[in-house]
Amino acid sequence: MKDDRLPRGKTIDLTCIICPVGCTLHVSSSPAGVSVLGNRCSKGAEYGAKEITHPERFLQSTVLLLGSATERRLPVKTDGPVPKDKLFDVLKEIKKVHVHVPVNMGDVIIKNVLGLGVNVVATRTIEN
Amino acid sequence: MLVAVVGGGPAGMAAAVAAKNAGADNVLLIERAERLGGVLPQCIHSGFGLNYYGRDLTGPEFAEYLRQDVMQSGIEVWLNAMVIEAHHDKTLVVSKPDGISFVRADVIIFAVGARERPRGAIAIPGTRPAGIFTAGTAQYMINVQGLNIGNDVFMLGSGDIGLITARRLTLEGAHVHGVAELMPFPGGLARNIQQCLKDYDIPLFLSHTVTEVLGKDRVEAVKVAQMENGYVVPGTEKLFPVDTLILSVGLLPEAELIKQLGLTILPYTGSAAVDQYFQTELPGVFVVGNGAGIWDLVDNVATSASVAGEASVKQFYEPSQEATLEPCGDIRVVLPQRIAIGVNNPPRIWFRVKRPLGVCSVALTCDGKTIARKGYASLRPAEMAEISLKLEQYNVIEPGDNLQLTVTPL
Repeated sequence: MKDDRLPRGKTIDLTCIICPVGCTLHVSSSPAGVSVLGNRCSKGAEYGAKEITHPERFLQSTVLLLGSATERRLPVKTDGPVPKDKLFDVLKEIKKVHVHVPVNMGDVIIKNVLGLGVNVVATRTIEN
Repeated sequence: MLVAVVGGGPAGMAAAVAAKNAGADNVLLIERAERLGGVLPQCIHSGFGLNYYGRDLTGPEFAEYLRQDVMQSGIEVWLNAMVIEAHHDKTLVVSKPDGISFVRADVIIFAVGARERPRGAIAIPGTRPAGIFTAGTAQYMINVQGLNIGNDVFMLGSGDIGLITARRLTLEGAHVHGVAELMPFPGGLARNIQQCLKDYDIPLFLSHTVTEVLGKDRVEAVKVAQMENGYVVPGTEKLFPVDTLILSVGLLPEAELIKQLGLTILPYTGSAAVDQYFQTELPGVFVVGNGAGIWDLVDNVATSASVAGEASVKQFYEPSQEATLEPCGDIRVVLPQRIAIGVNNPPRIWFRVKRPLGVCSVALTCDGKTIARKGYASLRPAEMAEISLKLEQYNVIEPGDNLQLTVTPL
């Protein structure tokens, strides 16, 4: 997996992934800190700075669902961002679990996954 | 008064809720699947809801919120019910598990969604083995059915559904060898190029296409070549040893029922012409969501369908009191294509460009006279953009005017 780390003093262009606008961010770092230009909102500045220091992603996947007449998989997501280099480790944990119906959207499926401080939660309500 | 909504995806649910909230006595939501939600339950990724709900949601969550709104609004829902005929007098023939039902509605809102263009629509030469899927079908098989559809994958087309499916396949352990895009620019949103391809080092080949499928029982390889002016550039052909080819080459409104009503079908949307309330030429018949034209954000689908739902319970204007609107030059699609006059509610005009443009100006004109103008820092084919008219701009439009939407690079 690629990591867009920034050598000091250089400017790189990133596409902001926070919303569908997809601003092109010009991120540069200097001894004074990281500067982000091109963002149209404050979330973009936050993303640009994070992306070159400790990139993170929200992760979504599915887990095996038992007991439902119609559904076989329960969609899940992390309720917070995961370090980019830990995504595949978190996926391995998600693959280990299965759940029974009924499940409600928001139910915690894995608490504090790998000690990263985020939970894996259900994103769909499946009653039976 | 009965408002019948055909299709229980995001557009149908949003329209039904808006109609009920606006005072419709009875709202009937007819869905052919066994659950509401349309395509959303298979779209397990996030990025939905930032505008409509003010928070970042996954597809199933967005569907669940809308479903809860439907359930709380006292809307009658028919599941496993498919509309097989639509008639001019607003009668629907519905096939249900317990037989055929006839629904005599005062208003019909078609929220029928879209279908993916399959291999036959783009005529890829080669054999016809197993292992060729459209992106949405692949997404359904992976996310809803939990199936492994292939280990080595090539993708044709860079639409958003394809890009997101490429990421899902990678996360599920498949090797996505590359994505070919016939156009010199990506079909999907910039954020999806970043977070679905670049994040996982999946190469994107612009101005390329799949020129041949190889393999007898299962796909064994695909040939990919650079294209120029519709022709293969000699010497650029590459062989990718893959077992799966995924097509993400566009959507078409599922307009069969709409065509039964004899409405004019526009070549550039593949569906009926609508006004700013998404009403067709036939008063009381509306078309919303991807059934009216392809949108890129479910938030805009839900918002626009709500406009139709609310308008459906109000008095209809006379069809003679309208202007027409058409896309010109680098504007590919415009929604609405008809503008009702005298409703005292200035319309919001949605449009999509043919090619990526930098700083540019979009103008609404009539006989060379500019009615409205808006500047944009950039416009991309992947993104529907909008221009909202002010009341004084709307008031100059007269019945019978033929309006045009044009874009000029600055």
